[in-house]
Amino acid sequence: MGRKAKFTEGVVVKKGPGRKSKKQKDPTFSKALIGNDNLDKKLSHRQRKRATKRLQKAQVKQEKQKLKKSETHVTQNGQDDSEELSSESDNEVVLKPSTVGFSDDNKQWLTPKHTSKKIELEEESDEEEEESCNSEQEIVEESEGEQESGESEEEADIADEDTEEEEEEEEEDVDIADEYAEEDEEPEEDNLKVENLNDLSGDDDSEEGDEFSGDSDDNKDDEDLLPIEKQSKKLRKQQEIEDKLAEEELQLNIANQEKFIFPAKDSENDIQSLQDVQQRMREIVTVLSDFKKLRDGKHSRSEYIDILKNDLCTYYSYNEFLMEKLMQLFPLSELLEFLESSEVQRPLTIRTNSLKTRRRDLAQVLINRGVNLDPIGKWSKVGLVVYSSQVPMGATPEYLAGHYIIQGASSMLPVMALAPQENERILDMSAAPGGKASHIAAIMKNTGVLFANDINKDRIKAVVGNFHRMGIVNSVITCMDGRKYPQNMKGFDRVLLDAPCTGTGVVAKDPSVKTSKDDVDIQRCYNLQRELLIAAIDCVNAKSTTGGYIVYSTCSILPEENEWVIDYALRKRNVKLVDTGLDFGTDGFVNYRHHRFHQTLKLTKRFYPHTHNMDGFFVAKLKKFSDVIPKSASIENEAEDETEEVPANNTMSMEVSDEENEVEENEVEENEVEKPKKKLKVNGNDSGTHGNEKKQSKNKEMEKTKNKKQNKKKRLVEITDKKSHNKNKKENTGKLSKRENSSTKSKKKNKQTNEFDGNNKQSTAEKIKRIKKKIDNSLETSTSSNIQNNKQRLKKHTPKKKKLEENNSKIATSSSSVNWSDVPVEAATKLGKKLKKKNKKTVGQLKLHKKDKNKNKFQKQKINNR
Amino acid sequence: MKRLSEERTKILFEKLAKFIGPNIKLLIERPDGLYCFREQKDRVYYVSEKILKWANNIPSDHLISVGTCFGKFTKSNKFRLHVTALNYLAPYAQSKIWLKPPAEQQFLYGNHVSKTGLGRISENTEKYQGVVVYSMSDLPLGFGAAARSTAECKHAEPLSTVCFHQADIGEYIRSEEDLL
Repeated sequence: MGRKAKFTEGVVVKKGPGRKSKKQKDPTFSKALIGNDNLDKKLSHRQRKRATKRLQKAQVKQEKQKLKKSETHVTQNGQDDSEELSSESDNEVVLKPSTVGFSDDNKQWLTPKHTSKKIELEEESDEEEEESCNSEQEIVEESEGEQESGESEEEADIADEDTEEEEEEEEEDVDIADEYAEEDEEPEEDNLKVENLNDLSGDDDSEEGDEFSGDSDDNKDDEDLLPIEKQSKKLRKQQEIEDKLAEEELQLNIANQEKFIFPAKDSENDIQSLQDVQQRMREIVTVLSDFKKLRDGKHSRSEYIDILKNDLCTYYSYNEFLMEKLMQLFPLSELLEFLESSEVQRPLTIRTNSLKTRRRDLAQVLINRGVNLDPIGKWSKVGLVVYSSQVPMGATPEYLAGHYIIQGASSMLPVMALAPQENERILDMSAAPGGKASHIAAIMKNTGVLFANDINKDRIKAVVGNFHRMGIVNSVITCMDGRKYPQNMKGFDRVLLDAPCTGTGVVAKDPSVKTSKDDVDIQRCYNLQRELLIAAIDCVNAKSTTGGYIVYSTCSILPEENEWVIDYALRKRNVKLVDTGLDFGTDGFVNYRHHRFHQTLKLTKRFYPHTHNMDGFFVAKLKKFSDVIPKSASIENEAEDETEEVPANNTMSMEVSDEENEVEENEVEENEVEKPKKKLKVNGNDSGTHGNEKKQSKNKEMEKTKNKKQNKKKRLVEITDKKSHNKNKKENTGKLSKRENSSTKSKKKNKQTNEFDGNNKQSTAEKIKRIKKKIDNSLETSTSSNIQNNKQRLKKHTPKKKKLEENNSKIATSSSSVNWSDVPVEAATKLGKKLKKKNKKTVGQLKLHKKDKNKNKFQKQKINNR
Repeated sequence: MKRLSEERTKILFEKLAKFIGPNIKLLIERPDGLYCFREQKDRVYYVSEKILKWANNIPSDHLISVGTCFGKFTKSNKFRLHVTALNYLAPYAQSKIWLKPPAEQQFLYGNHVSKTGLGRISENTEKYQGVVVYSMSDLPLGFGAAARSTAECKHAEPLSTVCFHQADIGEYIRSEEDLL
């Protein structure tokens, strides 16, 4: 572009505001401001037509007026009416002098659009006055008009409008909606006549009646009122109508939009598109947010929630089971957030390998490679967040040289919680792919020993690769089942257990979790986790000067895999929860649904994708305070029960309770072991009080309990031994089996003792009698049925035998056929508990029965022989 | 975990000597405790005796790796250094070569180093001596054998190889499966 010649050189013209500032447009004025002349041009064809119509009408009015005048004139002057009338009908030229607003030539028809109504109304009101004067004439006219038109769409709200307007409305045959839209304008009359003729209907009379009544009222009122008042009255009416309609419309809208219509059962399949599902989800969530107000009254909250669950399942493609779990875990609003953020990938984070480089240097190098990154946060000195990168982060020379590792932000937390120290011996029980383990090594600065274990041979290769790449030299990489680790090595200072889990916190990483998990998977998971955690605790040396800590973490958010597992470990081992040292994250659950976990579980930390922008995670830090493995909780409870009941003050009650205890405890072995057991006790007494039968029964009873306690202790030891072998078994079945074991063992012992105290038969008989008496005395306190049981049992202690099968069946019936009406209220609760226990134990009973039948027969034979 | 036989120790040390020469002594006599070479499944591990003591508690079929793996003995009883040994070779290396940035990529894909890619080379590198390959920013990338001595390199053709590739850190992702 060449430079253009300046023709206006020398003439300096101001350039204005500059090219960037917007030039203001010419001002525009509203029609009202512009004035009437402009309006003239703008009148449309229809408007003009209407104007002419109006003009004609006005002329008709004029004529009427004239008629009236003439009438008065006639009365005064005696002129001929007929002449006048005929002349009126023909006369269309004379205009009605308007009383309103306009003074120029156009005043008859020229009304600005927005003001037309007002003016019209005024005109009409004027006319009304006139009409009231010549009502006769009106009626004639009207009847004619109605015959013509016979409007069917006459509305009650219109009925009280002027006769004049009615006339016009009668003539028009448009929808009411149109009517309101065009109310400002004059009604159309083009093609109405024909239709009106067709429309002739039978409601003429009623309409007439309405009109007349309305008219009369109006006329009466209107006569008293000033024109402006009338006008305002009319406006008010109009307003009311509009309000009413608006209200209706609003209600209609509410019904459409907000009120959620509960879908019929068979219409489940109607909804196809995801948008529909989303819409419905939103609606249900709003309903549930204010359930009291918005519910439909017929359906319960659970029904709403069921539908919501289904919708969420379809929308986010979860399976129903997992969605239910999540719904139990989160409140609704949070649930949606969680689901949403579970769809989105977390930002890529890397961890600097402090063995090889510093974070600042690494960041500089990576920035030079075109990576956009930032420190991860205050809480970590080695983490970096990568926002965008021109090179693949997993293949830069720095990565290959081991300067950093790609690791989720959440994966750094358990290591920080573990807080490894230099020169410690640390175990990472499930290490693959070695991110956390290498973090530990880096914190230890390659001192001490780091054991990295994983059960999976293929995944352990990643650990090897990462460790060598990162330059970790203090590591021992093993591949074995973590549950067996304590058998190989114990005495670690710290153990990190990043347990295998369902991965519900990392749905974004692996969406297959959404559909692939069900109840059994979770059950399997937490069983494995419990075993691993117990093994991890067993690996730790409680006496370690620096450590003795276990950190348990999962990438799951389900409490079954987290709090519950920790709670289990708290009960099973001498560990306590300590603060994780992480200053963010939400506290773990202490109460979750029906679970009441240990109070200290609030020291654990949970991380969610929607609140912390990292993967869902759980971290708990445990400190082991004793290497002693406590007795299993269930047995402990039993022992506690016993000790609680025994030290009662009253000797009688003590005895009774003792008896009851026996009943409870030995129910399993009762049939088979009863006799030897009793004998054992007696034997113990006799040996202790040899020849001193006059000693008080109280002492004997005490000794009995002592003996029993000893037995119990033995049993406990046995059980704890057993336990380590039977770890894999479930708790309940475990209990039963333990009981079986213990019972069989005690039996054996009893057998042995039996052989020695064959001589003491008579004394046993006496003993039994005594006990019987006592029990009879204490009948009031214990329930009738129970005592019957006891009696039966005691009877059976006499050397005469009865068949075991009979006994069995009796007890079965006695346990099941307790007549509740007979039992006193106080005892009823007691009995109920016992019955429960009995029922439980019958399971074991049967098993035992089969097992030890032969043994018992043998025993009986022995007894018989003696 | 077993001690290396005399023969194998000799083979191993000969190999190492190609790279680090007399610095082998530094590997064995360290101020921070005794370090030793141990063999398992023909792999040679270099590890502190303290760690070794603990590792001996683990049954050998469960033991995957201890300390640093230097390489393995082939079936023909030759020793082959793995890239995992780079951590110890790099600091003690006698002769080094530095690669220009475009050649880095080539080398990390397992290619030999041509004269065009050669940025620098340490003086008096002998022919077929073990060299550690660095990037220009002193990042150890791997090691190989010098195809030419330093003097020969000066007169070599641009596309001729100056260093034969033996191992590079690209193997960590190229062949993670058979790293050991």
